[in-house]
Amino acid sequence: MTLDTFTRSQWYAIGRLPDFDGAEAKPVRLLSQDLTVSDKAGVLSVNDADGRSLLTQIRYGHLWTTLSDTPRPLYDMPEFDEPDRRLVTAGGVGVRCSGLRCVENFLDMAHFPFVHTDILGVEEHPSVESYDVSMDAEKDEIWATKCKFFQPMASAAASGGQITEYKYRVPHPYSTILYKTCPIRDNVWDLVGLFIQPVEEDECIVHSFILVFDDENTDTGLLHFQQNIFLQDRMILENQVPRKLPLDPRWELPTRADASSIAYRRWLKANELQWGVALFNEAA
Amino acid sequence: MKLYDYVLSGNCYKIRLLLDFLELSHEKRAVDFFPGREHKSDEFLQINPLGQIPVLEDDGAYIRDAQAILVYLASRYDPTATWWPVNDPSELGRVAQWLAFADSITSTASAARLHDVLGYDLDVAQARAGAHRLFRILDDHLANQELQGFNWIAGSNPTVADIACFPYVALAGDGGIELFYYPAIQRWIRRFVNLPRFKLMPGINIFD
Ligand SMILES: N[C@@H](CCC(=O)N[C@@H](CS)C(=O)NCC(=O)O)C(=O)O
Ligand SMILES: [Fe+2]
Repeated sequence: MTLDTFTRSQWYAIGRLPDFDGAEAKPVRLLSQDLTVSDKAGVLSVNDADGRSLLTQIRYGHLWTTLSDTPRPLYDMPEFDEPDRRLVTAGGVGVRCSGLRCVENFLDMAHFPFVHTDILGVEEHPSVESYDVSMDAEKDEIWATKCKFFQPMASAAASGGQITEYKYRVPHPYSTILYKTCPIRDNVWDLVGLFIQPVEEDECIVHSFILVFDDENTDTGLLHFQQNIFLQDRMILENQVPRKLPLDPRWELPTRADASSIAYRRWLKANELQWGVALFNEAA
Repeated sequence: MKLYDYVLSGNCYKIRLLLDFLELSHEKRAVDFFPGREHKSDEFLQINPLGQIPVLEDDGAYIRDAQAILVYLASRYDPTATWWPVNDPSELGRVAQWLAFADSITSTASAARLHDVLGYDLDVAQARAGAHRLFRILDDHLANQELQGFNWIAGSNPTVADIACFPYVALAGDGGIELFYYPAIQRWIRRFVNLPRFKLMPGINIFD
């Protein structure tokens, strides 16, 4: 599959800043291409296999690059500038499936009771109540709002079960952020997000972060909470067949309350995304 | 008692399992193994010059190496003396033999998992091949044990040998190693997860 314009025009996180300390042509793979990252006196540069230097930017604790000379702007997350928030970057975790599948799984609350049992859900409360899904036409991004779920341990700072309210945002085909009720402060949201580095069409590295108010846990405690949850997802993701995201309407007709997944797939289609997608005739 | 712990480490999981089986109260000190490499920091090297987890602190002393910690905990805190069967020298010999085997599982199956999950730069084909060679041996052994009416690695009771071998066998799928060819291992995993006070770790697929 050739690289479509929508995929090619995006910025991608390829690692946390400390991952490239003193790097000398450190290999990185992005969109089936071999790139290298070098650190020259604290300035990071990214080159492709032909030695061409790619655009870079440092944001949200990560180094970002793009194959495009005229990329779409990287989305804003103003919460990163708010005082008192703690940022924990969890490092890149390899997953043998399309990064698009990771986004879709992240949006799907129905998996909480079975995959994150007794943390993000309990088996006695499996149902997902309906929520709102909308497109922000100006920014070209998806929002799912008014999502509610009973959670025994919504975050590392939670001291008991609560109905957690969620908002999900998909501002980029390979990024998704959730905003969830902060268990210790009123009227603010804690953020958890994925910056996915598509390695191949059916393989990716997931860089995740949390940006929360928490004055009880250490950074490492927050890290362990996040990594534990993501490794639960990883096993489920690796067991999905096919490894690419099926975008053919004849496949996996949605039976669950996954309105956000339908919106995500529609949005990818409307943007003519093709890389990372499985077609019907690839099934056999 | 304090365990220097990393949530995704199978070697730390061995200790967490025995602490739960023996219902021993303890605290955990979370180590930023990945991405922070805290186990290679100067502070941690004071605690374990090998730069490895797990480490257990008890009575002011540090013990390193998962197998050593299992032996220590079981000898000191298991009143039934079944997890480390000191009263049966021949069983004890078998347990010790399989503890050494467990460390080879770490250097193969665990290495494949570190490569696939955390992006470690190593020869993953060699790691997987080494794991398959060991799993063949373990599967044959467990099948033989079953023929003699024994459910566990060293005999009729679970011992620290089972705990030491369990994590990286059960987590093999994370490193792209299929357990499909090892039916006796699969049955042993199912028995293991049914032990009282067993806790699951992410990456272990019990629905296979
Ligand atoms: N023989 C040791 C091996 C421990 C080990 O390999 N621990 C890993 C984490 S699960 C580690 O700390 N690796 C770092 C290294 O070996 O440099 C044991 O069983 O405890
Ligand atoms: Fe999940």
